[in-house]
Amino acid sequence: MIEVQNITKTYSGNTVLNIEHLVIPKGDSFGLVGNNGAGKTTLFSALLDLIKPTTGHIENNGIDVNRNEKWKTITSAFIDETFLIGYLTAEEYFYFIGELRGLNKADVDDTISKFEDFFHGEILGQKKYLRDLSKGNQKKAGIIAALIGNPEVVILDEPFANLDPTTQIRLKKIIKELAADPEITVLVSSHDLMHVTEVCDRIVVLDKGEIIKDLATSEETLKELETHFNK
Amino acid sequence: MFKHFITLQWKSFWRSATASSGLWMKIFMGFWAVYFIGMMILGAVGAYFGIKEKLCLDPLTVVNKFLVYWWVFDLVFRYALQKMPVINIKPLLILPFKKSKTVSFALGKTVLSFFNVIHGFFFVPFSILLIVKGDASWIQVLFWNIGLIGLIYANNFLNILVNNKDNLIYLIGGTLAILGGLHYFGYFDITTYTAPFFQGLYNTVYIWMLPVLVSVVLYVIAYKSFLKDLYLDAGLASKSKNIKTENLDWLNRFGKTATFLKNDIKLIKRNKRARSTVILSIVFLFYGLLFFTGAIEAYEGPVWRIFAGIFVSGGFLLSFGQFVPSWDSSYYPLMMTQNIRYKEYLSSKWWLMVIATFISTILASAYLYFGWETYMAILVGAIFNMGVNSHIVLWAGAYVKTPIDLTSNKKAFGDKQAFNIKTLMLSLPKLALPMILYAIGHYAYSPYAGYALVCIAGMAGFAFRNMVFNKIERIYKTEKYKTIWAYKQKK
Repeated sequence: MIEVQNITKTYSGNTVLNIEHLVIPKGDSFGLVGNNGAGKTTLFSALLDLIKPTTGHIENNGIDVNRNEKWKTITSAFIDETFLIGYLTAEEYFYFIGELRGLNKADVDDTISKFEDFFHGEILGQKKYLRDLSKGNQKKAGIIAALIGNPEVVILDEPFANLDPTTQIRLKKIIKELAADPEITVLVSSHDLMHVTEVCDRIVVLDKGEIIKDLATSEETLKELETHFNK
Repeated sequence: MFKHFITLQWKSFWRSATASSGLWMKIFMGFWAVYFIGMMILGAVGAYFGIKEKLCLDPLTVVNKFLVYWWVFDLVFRYALQKMPVINIKPLLILPFKKSKTVSFALGKTVLSFFNVIHGFFFVPFSILLIVKGDASWIQVLFWNIGLIGLIYANNFLNILVNNKDNLIYLIGGTLAILGGLHYFGYFDITTYTAPFFQGLYNTVYIWMLPVLVSVVLYVIAYKSFLKDLYLDAGLASKSKNIKTENLDWLNRFGKTATFLKNDIKLIKRNKRARSTVILSIVFLFYGLLFFTGAIEAYEGPVWRIFAGIFVSGGFLLSFGQFVPSWDSSYYPLMMTQNIRYKEYLSSKWWLMVIATFISTILASAYLYFGWETYMAILVGAIFNMGVNSHIVLWAGAYVKTPIDLTSNKKAFGDKQAFNIKTLMLSLPKLALPMILYAIGHYAYSPYAGYALVCIAGMAGFAFRNMVFNKIERIYKTEKYKTIWAYKQKK
């Protein structure tokens, strides 16, 4: 369970995030939408203790992320290319992440073998460093790395951006499978309303750092969102 | 048209994240510039009078003799450090600029480079002395200078052409080293063949045209090849090689630390910028020769032995260590969200430095040639490096917040933010402390007492390792958000 309490982030007088209270129960699949600058990445960064909120705190599984680092054992994320190690090959990168999460090579091989169709033959055995892969392929590697080691909380920032249509469809399938697992909480942000309504049970709309809608996904959600953003 | 380019350059310089940083940095850089210029001028004056009065030779003849080394060394030096004339070309490609203008601006910019101008500070005062003190004809001196300017610019454009052809530059550098060695030991003197050319620049009225012509031709070639390569899939493309996945499983004996150690070794092997620290540490291995052969008088005091010992064994430690954790800057957020204990991360860097120091010390056993005492200084320096300096560099690193672009090695000396006051203060004890300790022992009792003192300090460092690591860990944690923020600021 993730609990956000009275969190604000202010950069030289400019408040970019202001959330009074937000609870994401365990097993939820949580979608975050909003225009550029709405505070999506800021919220995720605060959740990962990459930025320090001006006020308030966030608890991940009952642990204040700012005080204790135990949340790291159950949480994984892919935010942007700063989560990739450019001079490693995809395999080396996966093994590295695996080792950090206490897995051996066989475990890692086991995990990534499940995603072979997602990789579409463009990630493994490429004889290329990650930095030389295309943006889309880098993203594929990053997303799968975030799934290594059975994390309980998976945070993906804009996972659909830069992916080709086939991969987008496969990614939706992967996220749905994660969402179906009651042990796993998935947090996804996206600009694409269609994708996010398809994979998430709950959608939160951020605008200028504040929550202005909190919807349980239903037939009408997509319409409602489209009307909202069409203002 | 050029006006646009110049404003773009101006803005990119002043608005870059590094240039806007503190006043101290500017003072520091200014200090170095003045220092270099001063050294060049002093060198010119010193060379003139030194050769004339001490050696009783003709300054011009002697300088001409060595100019061939100057010229090749300049090329190697440029290759290592001079930045390529890349203006932010990609967004300009589809704008209504003529490509030829873009190229001539990019090349023209290099003409004013520091690497070209700096030579003037030697040759102008030297030439003035030639005319005023040595009764040389000013017109001949002028021709000589024009010829040299031609050579400098030939290097300038040659460097642009051969950029990224590593093998070629190793060949040139290697030839220089071999010729220099043969010359020194008196087997073969290349300068007997080249000196007449440089002398000819002065003696005749036409030889100066040759280097000028060469530099013009090189400009044209560089211009053409740049123009031809101005496509996304040609010159502007980033190159990628076929590579293999590596295991390095033999390192697993280091336990949890091994995970990072394996990564660090790949980091060094696969990134230009990191590789250059290894090269630098090899250079430092030879640095000791200046001290132990008595080549430079100022270095003959006994205390300098320790100074040399620290450098010879600690080249890698000093050059790599000072940028921990910036080596990992491009993926720092990843590191900060993984299930990592900071101590393990730090200790991997520590092991790497200790292992490298150990290897350097073994290699430095060649200094046994100069006697036990000399090698002792290196051994003692190594112990101090491992015990004390390894901790100090990690500590200082906590305050370094310069992101490192791993793929480029052109900025090895240009990382301005790396010098902030805190790191400067922290780098003092790395060298001063062992020297002071040695001096105390040396002058109070005997050289061996001096070595013993430094050695004890190094050992003591080992004993305090855990305490120091805890302290460093705390600093890293409090600086965490600032560091993440700073690493996001690309140049």
